[in-house]
Amino acid sequence: MSIDNLTKNSAPESTDLSEKERKKLEKRRAKQEKYYTSSQWQLMGRKLLKHKLALISFIILALLYMGAIFANFIAPQGLEDFSATYSNAPPSKIHYVHDGKLIGPFVYDLEISYDKFLNKIFLENTEKPYKIDFLVKGSSYKLFGFIKSDLHLFGINNSELPQGKDKINVMIFGADQLGRDLFSRILIGSKVSLTVPLIGTLMSFILAVFIGGISGYYGGFIDTVIQRIIEVISSFPTLPLWMALSAAIPPGISVVKVFVFITLIMSLLSWPGLARTVRSKFLSLKKEDYVMAARLAGVSDAKIIIKHLVPGFMSYLIVSLTLGIPGMILGETSMSFLGLGMRAPATSWGVLLQECQSISNIANCTWKLIPVLFVGLAVLAFNFLGDGLRDAADPYK
Amino acid sequence: MDKWRYIAKRLMLAFFTLLMITFVVFFVIQLPPGDFVDSLVTDMVAQGETVTAVDIANLRTMYKVDRPFIVQYTDWLGGIVTGDWGTSFYYNQSVLVKIGETLGATLMISLITLVITYLIAIPIAIYSAKHQYSIGDYAFTFIGFIGMAVPHFLLAILLMYLSYKWTGKPIMGLFPEGGITSWAAFLDFLKRLIIPTIVISMSGTCGLIRSVRAQLLDEQEKPYILCTRAKGVSEKTITYKYEMRAVINPIVSGLGGMISGIFNGSTITAIVLMLPTQGPILLKALQSQDVYLSGGILLISATLVVIGTLISDLLLAVLDPRIKFLEESK
Repeated sequence: MSIDNLTKNSAPESTDLSEKERKKLEKRRAKQEKYYTSSQWQLMGRKLLKHKLALISFIILALLYMGAIFANFIAPQGLEDFSATYSNAPPSKIHYVHDGKLIGPFVYDLEISYDKFLNKIFLENTEKPYKIDFLVKGSSYKLFGFIKSDLHLFGINNSELPQGKDKINVMIFGADQLGRDLFSRILIGSKVSLTVPLIGTLMSFILAVFIGGISGYYGGFIDTVIQRIIEVISSFPTLPLWMALSAAIPPGISVVKVFVFITLIMSLLSWPGLARTVRSKFLSLKKEDYVMAARLAGVSDAKIIIKHLVPGFMSYLIVSLTLGIPGMILGETSMSFLGLGMRAPATSWGVLLQECQSISNIANCTWKLIPVLFVGLAVLAFNFLGDGLRDAADPYK
Repeated sequence: MDKWRYIAKRLMLAFFTLLMITFVVFFVIQLPPGDFVDSLVTDMVAQGETVTAVDIANLRTMYKVDRPFIVQYTDWLGGIVTGDWGTSFYYNQSVLVKIGETLGATLMISLITLVITYLIAIPIAIYSAKHQYSIGDYAFTFIGFIGMAVPHFLLAILLMYLSYKWTGKPIMGLFPEGGITSWAAFLDFLKRLIIPTIVISMSGTCGLIRSVRAQLLDEQEKPYILCTRAKGVSEKTITYKYEMRAVINPIVSGLGGMISGIFNGSTITAIVLMLPTQGPILLKALQSQDVYLSGGILLISATLVVIGTLISDLLLAVLDPRIKFLEESK
C-alpha cells in the first residue's frame, strides 16, 4: 500500500507520463505486489482458474452437488412414488404444438397396448395435452431433512384429474421397472453416490494424517509395525475385500446405518496409500531446521505435527485426496450394483444400474444406462480437477 | 552376497505379510453377525421344518462354529498349512477342490490380461511421449481417461450388449459347450476371451500408459539425454537404450498393484459375464455366509498379490542395481 501512496503523491512531478499510462503502470505494480505477497493458497487459486479443464470440471461438480442438495425439489417424483402404468416407459416426448397452436411444453397421456409377442407398447393419446408447469405440488418431502414441502421445480398438475385415473408423469429419462422416474431417482441417488466418496475420503484423510504422521514422526518400532500393517492391507485386491466387508453389514438395519457402514468400509481400505505419502513427507520435513527450533522451544509433539508439519504438505495431500475420490465413486457404484451396498428403499447410482444386469433390459430399455453417464461425468470431473490441482500446487512452475 | 541378503529379507517379509493376511482374512470372514448355522436354520424353518434349540446346538458343534475366535483361527490356519482348507457349507465340497475348479480359469484370464496390458500400454506410451501434443497423443490420452472413468461392470455390460447386437446372441461364459476339442471350438473360445480381456485390462492399461508416458517425458528433459543427442546417437537408441532403462523401474515395481487391479476387475466382470472364475463363487459364498470358501478365495487372491510384489522386488534387484543402495541408505 505504501508504494501506491508514494506513486500517487509523486505523480504530478512526472509530467512526461500521460494520465492513462500512469494509471496502467500503477495497476501493474499493484498486481505485481499482490502476486509477491499472496499466500500459497491464493497462488494455487490463481493457477487453477487458468486451467480451463479443471475449471469446467469444478463447475460440473458444483452443479452435480447442487443437484444432490436440492434433489427432492428438482425431482418431479419422490423416492417412494411408483406407477404400474409407466413401468419401463421410455423418456417422455415433450411437445410444444397442439392442434396447430403453440401452448408451451406439454406431454400426452400414455396408452398401453401389447404386440403379438406380448411386449408392452406405449402410444400417446393426443386428445388432451398436459402442460408441464413450474412449481407444482407433488409428493411431500423434507428439504435438508427438516424443511417440509411438497413443491417441485417442474411437473404436471395432477390435481384436476378424474378420480381413479393414474397420474400423468413427465419422465425426461424414462422409467424403470416399477414405473419410477429415472431422472428423479438419479438426482435422489446422487445424494448417496456423491456424499459417500466425500465423507469417506475425509475420514481416510484423517486416518492417514494421524497414522502416517505417527509413523513418520516417531519412526523406529512403531514405524515398522505401521508399515507392515499398511503392506498387509494394500496386499488385498480392494474389491473382493470390499465385498467381504459389505457382506458383514447386518441385514435389516436403517438406511442411515448402511450409509455409515459403507462409508467406513470405503475409508478403512483407502487410507494406507495416503498414509504412505504422509509418512514420506514427514520423514523429509522433520529434519528441517524450523522443526528443530520448535522442538527446542518446547513445543509439544502434537502441536508440531498439526501446526508446523501438516501445513507444509497440505496442498500435496489435497491433490491426492481429489484423485482418490473417483475410486470411491466407482467402488460404491460397484458394490451397490452387486447388491452389497445401498439397499432399497435407499437408492444410489449403483442401485439404479442393478436393472442393467440383464441383457434384455438393456436391449429393450436403453435409457436405463443413463446413470452410467452421471457416474462417468463425476469420475472424469474429479480426475481433471485433481490434475488441475496438481499443476496448481506448484505455483512457481 | 548382498544380493542374497536382500532376497532373503524380501522372502522373510513376504512370509510375515502372508501370516498377517491369514489373520485379517479370518477376522473379516468372521465379522458378519450370525454364522452359517443361523442361515441354515432360517432356510430349514422357511421350508417348514421344526428346529429345536438342541438341534441348533448340535449343528453348531457339528460345523464347529461354537468355539472362541482364536481357537477357530489357529485351527483354520493349521488346516491351511496342512492342505485342509475346510468344507464349503454351501457347495458341500472341499474348499480346496472348489477353488481348484476355478483357479485355472482365474489364473489364465489374469495372465492373459497382464501380458496384453503390457503389450498394449508400453508401445502406446512410447508413441505418446515421443509425439507429445500430436493428434495421436491426444486421442490416446482421451481414451485413457474414458477407460479410467467407466466402471468395469458397465464396460462389460456395454460390450455384451454390442456383441448381442452384432452377432444376435450375447457372448457369455468362457468355455464353449463340450470343452475345447476341435479347432472351431478353440476359435470360439478365443472369441469369448475378447470381451473379458478388454474389460479387465482397460483400467490397468490406461493407468500404465499414463505413468509410463509421464516418466518418459520427465526423462527426456534430463541433461544426459541432451548430451547423448548432441553426440549424435540415433533417436531410436536414445529411446530404447537410455530412456526405457529408466522407465523399467516403475513398470516392474507396479506389478503387485497391477495384479491387484486385475483381481478387482476380473471379480466383478466375471459376475456380469458369468465367467467360470472366482468372482461369482466369492459373491455366492459371501451371500450364503460360507465362511471357509470366501476366506479361501480372499486368501488366494491376496497371496497372488504378495507373490507378484515379491517377484517385482526380486526382478528390480536384478534389473536395477541402484535398489541395493537405496535399501542401505534407508
